[in-house]
Amino acid sequence: MTQTAAKPQPVPAKEADALRKLLRDMLLIRRFEEKSGEAYALGKIGGFCHLYIGQEAVAVGAMAALRPDDYVLTSYREHGQALARGMSARAVMAELYGKATGCSSGKGGSMHLFDVSKGFLGGHAIVGGHIPLVTGVAFAIKYREGDQVALGFFGEAAVNNGAFHEALNMAVLWRLPAIYVCENNRYGMGTATERASAIYDVAQRACSYDMPAETVDGMDVLGVRDAVARAAQRARDRYMPTLLEVRTYRFMGHSMSDPIHGHYRTKDEVEQMKARDPIESFAARLRADGLLDDERWQTMEAEVADEVADAMRFADESPDPAPETLTTDVYREAVP
Amino acid sequence: MAVLTYRDALNQALREEMARDRDVFLMGEEVGVYQGAYKVSRGLLEEFGPMRVVDTPITELGFAGVGVGAAMAGLRPVIEFMTFNFALLALDQIVNSAAKMLYMSGGQVPIPIVFRGPGGAALQLAAQHSQSFEAWYAHVPGLKVVTPATPADAKGLLKSAIRDDNPVVFIEGEMMYNQKGEVPDGEHIVPLGVADVKREGSDVTLVAHSKMVAVALRAAEELAGEGIHAEVVDPRTLRPLDVATIAGSVRKTNRCVVVEEGWPIAGIGAQVVDEIQRAAFDDLDAPVLRVTGADVPMPYNKQLEKLAKPDAAKVVRAAKQVLYLA
Repeated sequence: MTQTAAKPQPVPAKEADALRKLLRDMLLIRRFEEKSGEAYALGKIGGFCHLYIGQEAVAVGAMAALRPDDYVLTSYREHGQALARGMSARAVMAELYGKATGCSSGKGGSMHLFDVSKGFLGGHAIVGGHIPLVTGVAFAIKYREGDQVALGFFGEAAVNNGAFHEALNMAVLWRLPAIYVCENNRYGMGTATERASAIYDVAQRACSYDMPAETVDGMDVLGVRDAVARAAQRARDRYMPTLLEVRTYRFMGHSMSDPIHGHYRTKDEVEQMKARDPIESFAARLRADGLLDDERWQTMEAEVADEVADAMRFADESPDPAPETLTTDVYREAVP
Repeated sequence: MAVLTYRDALNQALREEMARDRDVFLMGEEVGVYQGAYKVSRGLLEEFGPMRVVDTPITELGFAGVGVGAAMAGLRPVIEFMTFNFALLALDQIVNSAAKMLYMSGGQVPIPIVFRGPGGAALQLAAQHSQSFEAWYAHVPGLKVVTPATPADAKGLLKSAIRDDNPVVFIEGEMMYNQKGEVPDGEHIVPLGVADVKREGSDVTLVAHSKMVAVALRAAEELAGEGIHAEVVDPRTLRPLDVATIAGSVRKTNRCVVVEEGWPIAGIGAQVVDEIQRAAFDDLDAPVLRVTGADVPMPYNKQLEKLAKPDAAKVVRAAKQVLYLA
């Protein structure tokens, strides 16, 4: 991480492609979220809309360490995770627009993105409420003697919640293949961690459960990837869960209706953190390693812009869900 | 037909369904080593092992959520609450996770789970341990709510609940575990959403579920002594509610009393009365009356507790009122 000044070692082509893909995945999230913000302002996206800008390295790094047959659950700031998991920008944007072609058929919206084919089990919007679900999915994996992992994202504000404690306690008690990724962006809405938690270091809480834990720089995509890879190995090899505290920062307000800074944090602080932008810093690193040049960067930017524009066009042109779908999916019909 | 206790009928249902489907497992407090707080799970740990009969910490929110998560990954959990009083701690998981998952995922993620355990008042357990919450769950789209009143129904309905692909809240009667009754031999299934006429009659319909079925039947017996023939209808499933059977009975008797152990405001009876007035308005010869638990937290004192609970005498009185005999 600190060797960018050293003389670049030759990187195998496959690995170079993988590294550039990490950058592209982060860039896609960034541009997707910027456009989501615009669409929200235009009234095309309704309800709550929580942008992920600034935290891209967490989702992209984590997903890069998972297998396609693993499971991912997350909270309501999850557009980035959905894209990083390989869900199409079209399906995600159409869901934000509430369209029938959305990944949850227009019934979930921004906070409830699902794609079972990708093992992406939502999008949950009660703070902390989905952490026991992660434990439950991990329970099912072990029940079937599988070697997948269940990875759950949540914010640092969720760890003051009973659900977090209950879920982590059982995960170690029963040795379940779960990875709990706490995205510590320092603020639960407008409340700083110091004002909400008796201890600052989230990772320390793992001691209560005798659970392996790491604190990870969430602005470093490779650091996140490697930490999740270690946790996944622990889960696959010996059914041991892990708590990862990933230190990150959201550059935007809590949701679209909140200012970027104000009563609870200063403009200076936001600017300072923006200087550690996970995309810019990783791009700089790839340039220093000889893996990225202006031409590749511009191509990447153009491709990503096209992908997002295409997603917006698709969402715009897609139909609303048919009125009769109002009452479908409340109950699963009996299987004959 | 074998005569079984309500407890053993439930135990049979669990054993048969766990033997039938390896994805079915039981999880809750004291279900394994201790053999169940009410011994419903007796012998299951020995038969199915600790991965399928899972003792939990006292952590209702947590293990209810674990159950929902396991169901998301395709298992068929049966989550036992030692009593439904404690399930209040798990309400977020039952309502926000289990009930809504299928809908908010656009139909992708069914939650085939059963939340079961005893509800209602026992004897002198006071305010926090004597409550009937079926109305709360019946309010929520996405849930099914089942309240068996006999050993046969307990077995047949639990088997249906376990096989159902939706979250089912299955509330047993804390005072009914020792109650005995005939249970059909062999595979015995009672479909969800089908009411049962527990006693036929022509003069007045008594609608009652769970422990109140026995109260209604006692009242019907007393009324019979006075030449009044009461019909007792047990909905068995509160959501979906078998309105056709209830309304059919009211069309025959033209009078109705709805009995429930829970509180009156926004109770099950309120819903039943609403259905009746829409389905059988022209057939009614009197306003429908309700007999409910008193609108108070349950007191500890034995005499006060008796006042707070519905009993046969209160049902008889209400029946006579709708017959304009009182």
